[in-house]
Amino acid sequence: MLNFSDLLPYTDQLLKGLWVTVELTVYATLGGVAIGTAGAAGRHYGGNLLRGMIGMYVELIRNTPFIVQLFFIFFGLPALGIKLSAWEAGLIAMLINLGAYSTEIIRAGLAATPKGQVEAAKVLGLSPQQAFFRVVLIPAFEKIYPALTSQCIIVMLGSAVVSQISVMDLTYAANLIQSRNFRSFEVYLVVAAMYLVLAILMRQAFDALGRYLFRHRRSS
Amino acid sequence: MQQVLKNVKRGLLATVAAVGVTLSLGAQANLLAEIEERGVLRVAVPQDFPPFGSVGTDLKPRGYDIDMANYIAEQMGVSVELITVTSANRIPYLQTGRADLVISSLGKNEERERAIDFSHAYAPFFLGVFGNADIAVSNPEDLAGKTVGVTRGAVEDMELEKVIPASATLQRFEDNNTTLSAYLSGQVQLIATGNLVATEIAERRPNQAPVPKFMLRDSPCYIGLKKGEAELQAKVNEIIAKAFEDGTLNQISETWLKAPLPEGFGS
Repeated sequence: MLNFSDLLPYTDQLLKGLWVTVELTVYATLGGVAIGTAGAAGRHYGGNLLRGMIGMYVELIRNTPFIVQLFFIFFGLPALGIKLSAWEAGLIAMLINLGAYSTEIIRAGLAATPKGQVEAAKVLGLSPQQAFFRVVLIPAFEKIYPALTSQCIIVMLGSAVVSQISVMDLTYAANLIQSRNFRSFEVYLVVAAMYLVLAILMRQAFDALGRYLFRHRRSS
Repeated sequence: MQQVLKNVKRGLLATVAAVGVTLSLGAQANLLAEIEERGVLRVAVPQDFPPFGSVGTDLKPRGYDIDMANYIAEQMGVSVELITVTSANRIPYLQTGRADLVISSLGKNEERERAIDFSHAYAPFFLGVFGNADIAVSNPEDLAGKTVGVTRGAVEDMELEKVIPASATLQRFEDNNTTLSAYLSGQVQLIATGNLVATEIAERRPNQAPVPKFMLRDSPCYIGLKKGEAELQAKVNEIIAKAFEDGTLNQISETWLKAPLPEGFGS
């Protein structure tokens, strides 16, 4: 019944799709966390106007489906003259999405940092930038690191949706192969395993980075 | 029990024999002469397949096939009687002599050719590549470096894959509507689809009507006739040829398919 050898002619397509998914995930994670950090800082320290604007962005994105955001960017924006390729539209949707979620996550970390810690840093003669990065941000990240890791993995798994606007990612490859040889069970089982491995590798990479970033706290 | 079965068998044989006699009697008469004498041409048309045949707000059938039926009757100098049929029963209607012609977006295949006769093609029905009027594409090679949208797994997807050059990109979408959205929003300039889908776009967005560039698979519609009616077949073919020459056919195509007859049609 089952026949995995039917997938062999499509190995090339699967690997290409895997690479697109990895590429999108790396860019989206780096950019999304950067947006989230800026957003969290703005929401924590900014004035009323900035806080309100970031709040609107976060609520708008967190309370609408990802696929609708994606379709709006790809099919809707051309009406305003903004035409993005499928790949660009997919990446931007992922960036905006992770940016909103990580803003909230990182903000929680900032809020949990005691004021006294910042005042102590000032007294010790650290510049405001040094104080923010070393005394506020890194400890804040340490507190919310597991939640942030999970969110980034969710975005990687959620990237499967970009296949709907013809981004040739791993899921696109799976759908295409399925439409050619009708081996649904085999194709989706293999692709699910590839996503699983990808998620496990991603978690390990995050853990390794965490051990490096938070090394001082661990040793003390 | 066995007795009952035997009776049933005998009954069936008698019925088959009777039908056979009726059929052979029917085939001997000249249907064309009969129609002319009767003064009425009975045509089986669809009622559930726009734009070829559907029921209008006045509850009367309307569409490409109905216009064609009216034209043929007019040319023959008889009045027309429209019989609405479904795609499943249109051929039985013809075989049992309840309709003289089937004008019901009928495609030709081997199996059907064994059962009935066909006229020349009267309507275009094809899968092809369509696009904006200003893109110069007239064959698969012209697609080099271009992007074509298509619905994944559809026949046109498979057909296009065979002929598309390596430097062209096929963007596959989940369903027909998404493919259309990609075209209408300008995300792809070319799409591979059926000419009826292109008609639908032309109806909804006349200024963005996609123009046929080249065909991927051609399966035009033919008028179906009962086997062995050579006189009627010749007459119908003659009328189709006339409609083709005097522009009537092209006009019907413009009305219902929102596009002229494709190049090379009817040749």
